[in-house]
Amino acid sequence: MTSMLSEILVLPILLPLLTGALLVLVNERHHQLKYVLNQLSTLLLLVLACWLLIVTDGPATGDDLLVYLAANWVAPFGIVLVGDRLASLFLVLAALLANCALLFSYSRWAKLGVHFHTLFQLLLMGINGAVLTGDLFNLFVFFEVMLAASYGLLLHGYNITRIRAGMQYIVVNLIASVFFLLGIALVYAAAGSLNFADLARLIPELAPAQRQLMHTGAAILAVAFLTKSAMWPLGFWLPTTYSAASPPVTAMLVLLTKIGVYVVLRLNYLWFGDTAGSSAGFGNTMLLYGGLLTLAFGAIGLLASQDPGRIASYSAVISSGTLLALIGLGQDLTLSAMLFYLLSSTLAVAAFVLLTELIERIYTPTDSVLALSMEFFALDGEKEESAGVVIPAAMAFLGLAFAACALIMAGLPPLSGFIAKFSILHQLLQTPMGRGDWALLVLLFIAGLSAIISLMRFGVRSFWTAHTSQSPRLKFSEASPILLLLLVCISMAILAGPLSALLERVADDLLQTSRYIEQVMQTIAISRGANE
Amino acid sequence: MEIILALAIGILFASGVWLVLRPRSFQVITGLLLLSYAVNLFIFITGRISVNKPPLTLDETALDPALYADPLPQALVLTAIVIGFATTALYLVVLLGSRGLTGTDHVDGKEKETDE
Repeated sequence: MTSMLSEILVLPILLPLLTGALLVLVNERHHQLKYVLNQLSTLLLLVLACWLLIVTDGPATGDDLLVYLAANWVAPFGIVLVGDRLASLFLVLAALLANCALLFSYSRWAKLGVHFHTLFQLLLMGINGAVLTGDLFNLFVFFEVMLAASYGLLLHGYNITRIRAGMQYIVVNLIASVFFLLGIALVYAAAGSLNFADLARLIPELAPAQRQLMHTGAAILAVAFLTKSAMWPLGFWLPTTYSAASPPVTAMLVLLTKIGVYVVLRLNYLWFGDTAGSSAGFGNTMLLYGGLLTLAFGAIGLLASQDPGRIASYSAVISSGTLLALIGLGQDLTLSAMLFYLLSSTLAVAAFVLLTELIERIYTPTDSVLALSMEFFALDGEKEESAGVVIPAAMAFLGLAFAACALIMAGLPPLSGFIAKFSILHQLLQTPMGRGDWALLVLLFIAGLSAIISLMRFGVRSFWTAHTSQSPRLKFSEASPILLLLLVCISMAILAGPLSALLERVADDLLQTSRYIEQVMQTIAISRGANE
Repeated sequence: MEIILALAIGILFASGVWLVLRPRSFQVITGLLLLSYAVNLFIFITGRISVNKPPLTLDETALDPALYADPLPQALVLTAIVIGFATTALYLVVLLGSRGLTGTDHVDGKEKETDE
């Protein structure tokens, strides 16, 4: 639809870009100012994302998508931005997590090096762009923006561990980008278009030779996306990277893997959905078995890990594996349950990542964790302790927050993790069970069990055998983002009904491919001035 | 022409893969460069090989597509070159940082005892 409303699709990309550029100009000494600007912009982004979700879901657009034609060129010749419920949902998730991670970074992490705030905004720009774009090459560009910012953030406050992890992370992603480009080239050679909707229109009518080329291209593209979403043989970079990065950055990296899943989800349904002729269901078997193997790998890794960073990493691997296997199963009914699981697991793992840094302070009440990094930047010692109000009853808070995180991650009642897992199992059991369904069912239980064992072991070691004389000092700005994330998870459990209804509509967006194709292709350019 | 181009891309790509799997970070970055050259060439020839054909025209009357080269891969390849260049430069900085901090150019940041 061409309406003034579709112009707002540019804002989630422009706002972080401009804020990021503005923040370069502010000197690092004005940390407070930079932080406030950054947080304001991110808050505005959250408001914008919520508004977009309401607009795309509400009666204002009816059953229409928002389509923005860049430079007023119609699809497939120009680049389009497409806003539907699914994209808006991911925008909301990204903005929510970003706000929490940023708030957490306020008291110390953001001051650890230069240009944290700029990189943070550019990361958001990349994420939002990748979610909104409707063009394959544009997706590549936004992925690169997102990854370049994530390289910088991973190395933020650099020490030897981060450099080592960074070397591997950057090489893996550069090679993934090479595959991305190869895939784009093959898809273009096969179909002669790069627009998602145009490709979806062309795929059912391809000649056999071209179809083979298209499938090769799609498979190579999948290598790139599945590397990001850490499918089993491609995901070895994840645990090292996650446990090396600073906690607020790791929380954002947890989101990045979900962006990989988002792209797989969108393209899989659009290109190889039921309407794709003889290409329908291409790659689903690979996704299913890859997902199952990832799930098994995550469950084993989780059992073996003692270090909280690794526990969080393998939980993220498990969540990716579950999502990919569910996409591979290709059952339309499980889609909304899958999205529920995606939201709940992303928020819980992010909260856990933030929480682990605070739990580690039980052992090291002083700031020795940071001492190594701080030397590089010669920050004054006393300045570092200044920001924020210390909260009371720190131990009680840590214990309760940990219990809540663990319940959600393991999928135990009464929180959102249980509802997510239960509805997945419920939907699986409703349809006739194949081999894949049974394998997924069993692996989900095993993964849940290993999460319980691993988290309980960690909890017992941290809280029951911790012999500290004084409880750790926690700032309000560090505790509140965790509390906020957990509150969102709790309200997801309470408002499961309305949320599921919303997610059903989101899933509908994915299933109605013809609507997406028609509306993107038929959006007409805005004529300006006198009409002829 | 096709065979020469295909061979060139294949050799570049294979050398790149071999170098990326080597243990020294300098070899890895050289490998990455070769890989991106191969991919850039590959994108370029997806617009089909043509000699002496302009990608654009200002003439609005005679529009026979057979007379013109496909401009899209050319635009894509320019973007890909710029992005590849920037990310490789970024990796170079990390490489130097790692060399300075760990004192070795091994990609793991430490020497193995039984290394070559």
